[in-house]
Amino acid sequence: MTTRIFGSGIRRREDPRLITGRASYTDDIRLPGTVHAAILRSPYAHANITSIDTSAAACQPGVIAVYTGADIEGHLNPIPCAWHIPDSNLIMPDHPAIAKDKVRYVGDAVAVVVAENRYQAEDALEHIDVDYEPLDATINPKASTMDGAPQVHDDVPNNIAFKWTVAGGEIDEAFEKADVVVKDTITLQRLIPNAMEPRSAVAQYVAATGNLTLWATTQNPHIARFLSSVVTGVGEHKVRVIAPEVGGGFGSKIPYYADEAITSFCAMQLGVPVKWTETRSENYQATIHGRDHVEELEMAATNDGEILGLRTTVYAGLGGYLSTAAPGVPTILHGLMYSGAYHIPAVHGDIYGVFTNATPVDAYRGAGRPEATTLVERLVDLVAAETGIDPVEVRRRNLIEAFEENQDVSTGIVYDSGDYEAALDKAVDHIGYADLREKQAAMRAEGKHIGIGVCSYVEICGLGPSQVAGAVGFQGGLWESAIVRFHPTGKVHVMIGSSPHGQGEETTFAQILAGELGVPVDDVDVIHGDTDNTPMGWGTYGSRTTAVSGAAIALASRKIKDKATTLAAHLLEADAADIEYDDGKFFVKGSPDEHKTIQDIALMANVAWDMPEGMDPGLEASAFYDPPNFTYPFGTHIAVVELDTTTGQIELKKYVAVDDCGVQINPMIVEGQVHGGVVQGTGPVLWEGAVYDDDGQLLTGSLLDYAMPRADNFPDIEVLSNTTASPHHPLGVKGIGEAGTIASTAAVYNAAMDVLRPLGVNSVDMPLTPTKVWQAINQAQNGG
Amino acid sequence: MYASQTEYQRAGSVQEAVALLAGNEDAKVLAGGHSLIPLMKLRLASPSLLVDIGHVDELNCGISCNDGTISISSLTTHAEIASSDIVKRDSPMLAEAAGMVGDPAVRNRGTIGGNLAHSDPASDLPTVLTALGASINITGPGGSRSECVSGFIQGLMENNLGSDEIITSIDVCAKQANQGMAYAKLSHPASRYAVVGAAASVTIEGGTVTAASVAVGGVESAPTVGSSVAACLVGNAPTDAALDEAAAAICNDIGDDVLSDIFATEDYRKAMAVVYTRRALGCAVECAG
Repeated sequence: MTTRIFGSGIRRREDPRLITGRASYTDDIRLPGTVHAAILRSPYAHANITSIDTSAAACQPGVIAVYTGADIEGHLNPIPCAWHIPDSNLIMPDHPAIAKDKVRYVGDAVAVVVAENRYQAEDALEHIDVDYEPLDATINPKASTMDGAPQVHDDVPNNIAFKWTVAGGEIDEAFEKADVVVKDTITLQRLIPNAMEPRSAVAQYVAATGNLTLWATTQNPHIARFLSSVVTGVGEHKVRVIAPEVGGGFGSKIPYYADEAITSFCAMQLGVPVKWTETRSENYQATIHGRDHVEELEMAATNDGEILGLRTTVYAGLGGYLSTAAPGVPTILHGLMYSGAYHIPAVHGDIYGVFTNATPVDAYRGAGRPEATTLVERLVDLVAAETGIDPVEVRRRNLIEAFEENQDVSTGIVYDSGDYEAALDKAVDHIGYADLREKQAAMRAEGKHIGIGVCSYVEICGLGPSQVAGAVGFQGGLWESAIVRFHPTGKVHVMIGSSPHGQGEETTFAQILAGELGVPVDDVDVIHGDTDNTPMGWGTYGSRTTAVSGAAIALASRKIKDKATTLAAHLLEADAADIEYDDGKFFVKGSPDEHKTIQDIALMANVAWDMPEGMDPGLEASAFYDPPNFTYPFGTHIAVVELDTTTGQIELKKYVAVDDCGVQINPMIVEGQVHGGVVQGTGPVLWEGAVYDDDGQLLTGSLLDYAMPRADNFPDIEVLSNTTASPHHPLGVKGIGEAGTIASTAAVYNAAMDVLRPLGVNSVDMPLTPTKVWQAINQAQNGG
Repeated sequence: MYASQTEYQRAGSVQEAVALLAGNEDAKVLAGGHSLIPLMKLRLASPSLLVDIGHVDELNCGISCNDGTISISSLTTHAEIASSDIVKRDSPMLAEAAGMVGDPAVRNRGTIGGNLAHSDPASDLPTVLTALGASINITGPGGSRSECVSGFIQGLMENNLGSDEIITSIDVCAKQANQGMAYAKLSHPASRYAVVGAAASVTIEGGTVTAASVAVGGVESAPTVGSSVAACLVGNAPTDAALDEAAAAICNDIGDDVLSDIFATEDYRKAMAVVYTRRALGCAVECAG
């Protein structure tokens, strides 16, 4: 049966075109007469621009125009930051699309050349003569707040863009009455998102109509339209944004970038289509990075391992400018999750958002939550070590008990539903935790070293209630809408405002339709990505697409079912109250053989030959869904690593993930999301990280130096799940896009620290590369 | 990938290629392209002329073995070497190392000649070929010459290949019955180049090491020849203790200019040179037995 398909692991319909190279991306858009832009980027992390001469570049073969920061004045408004977190004294310095007087990171745009082809544009860049007066750079987020640190923006003292505090409970009292206080400082280093497709933009401006069309690598075309309008001054009704196939984003394609504004500006000036596509090296410099936290941590507990309080000071690097959502990531999406899966009666976190002379930082898969989960879970392990109680037992003693609805935590948010201990139990049972600990001890006696790391997490996703969005300063809503339209043949279009780009929702959303209305899944096409033919929506990020867009589709489908029921009653000459529905068929109670299929009804509604009095023709519904709360997926992951003490190499040997993301629409896709997430979250523990030198030069400037995790670094990832439905969601779903990333950093980090602790090593900054681990072991053995 | 403008000529013969190179000092040879093209796309190399030797039949004769010498044409790809029955039988360490170069795409395009001409200190093949005492056959305007690998590579991406010379083939001695060889590598997690790569060959007769050859890559700007290691081994029984001692002797062969980068410090590289030399020796002895 093709119709009983909600909840089954059918194959992703997106995959054949994606994996055979037949998908069409922004760079594949080829409009007649297109010219090509290349952007000159600052080679300095921090410098005054004393002069700029473009005359030689303008004379190069094929060059059509050269623009600098002076040329965009009066044409392009500054690139906006769209998350104005409250109660934080947030300072938002102007971010010009092209720097005019000062550059603030290596990669800051300084000029743009438009030429007949990209090679000519690149050649001409070499003929732009810029005089820079180099300034000292500042890179480390904490050091950047110190007196005397180089000032990235003159109007931001000590580079502090904001100080935001999360507080709940009596924190001082918690620490005063604690038997045990554990402390640590950890770094969640800068990461480069590395979407497979670099960013690209094609802009076309038709002066005759005043219409600007922007094809762009965006996760949220409607936000891009909104911000594009703000920056270019073209009315929102005259801007069309199209996200064709988008080759991954991981958050890096949420922001509205200077490059998109520059491309639009060139198209508007020149009256011909302009294309810009970044190279991978450019992507490393000009596309947002993630994380960049220095976290100073302490946790108060009793001798029995009962957690009393959590206190943090976090320095969150923001880079040279505030990217679109940057202030919300280390605050709302981070500090509010400090209670983790536990009763923690008191929390207090001071979070500093800090400008540095590096690429801007914004949401990157997990966005704030891996940074929170890692610190909570690290501290829980430290409490275990300090009290001598097993880490699993400490977790068990502090986990919030199973609840079906609404659990308050001390950070002030309300978890929707959870059974945290069930997930812990499943992971512990599956991996044979007690035996594993025994094996670990036995192996250690033989000189072999394994480490076991546990992470019990809760995350916040399904963003989110729009009223909350407003209250926390997000300059938009967080609802979604969907239109479900049946055609005369019974085939269906579903139009959504969110914009899947690899997550598989073209498949899962068809499954929702199949589940709600019994339509064969192959009869449903999901339309997304074009602001001119999709309803308003706020985009795909924060594990929200299935949770929010999916709910809108379910609600629209239910409206259709109501109309279909009425029409079926009319056609069957029965009372609507007597109509039953089963798997795509409407019939009079007791007479299932004389039924009308949903396809029959679609045809009759569309031809409208015989409609009930007052019923509109057509079979179409739209629905809006503004969630009443966030969703809170959870689970427990356990990692096992092995250390080679002679080389310092740490290898991941075993990984068990138990996730509870509520009701699963497609378990295969859930599993795939967990796999990808676990890999992405493990990378920064063992290999991955952006490294700048003191001058602000990006030393990991290419894939030769920046270590992405690879398939051969991993054992089989064993994925298990539980199902605790979200109580407030029409389908009971929560979201799974980021859970793997959120849990795995903490699980693998704890495993690595577990293997190092008996060797006297208690602190190694991520990534735990062989050199660092080897040095730490040597240092510990030589008496520290 | 927006390289500067460059001329392109496809050579039909070695002679023609050499003539093209001789006529343009700024020309570069294009073989598999896996070292040159990445540099060009970053505009770190901007040759005015590319001389494509990819279609020169004389350079693409594959792999043969005559009278105890394996001859490998310079256009032979890493994948071909890794899967060659001749190499697997007669120089298993070379096959193994060729199979560790880059990823399948690199191995399918990258050539042994191009690899040597690039002389990257972190590359696997120069280390292995140094330990194997391989010789490189080179043709230039003045005729042909032959050079041992350790003499050929002179520093960080520096060698004595003239700008108008072409590597035509590489000769490697086939393994003896009582000879064992192994390559052990600590890979960089991003590039998969050797942070440290140790190649060892050991011949054992009657329980005594009669010949040994060791080279370590990634530590200095050119492969480190482990002559102290070899000297330590020859004439002794290959016991664990003897191998430990011999491996430690690599430190005597490492000069003062040890490579260092954000991934691995000098100290770490030196320490790993010992560890990986020991590992390579252990495997080589096992294979010889």
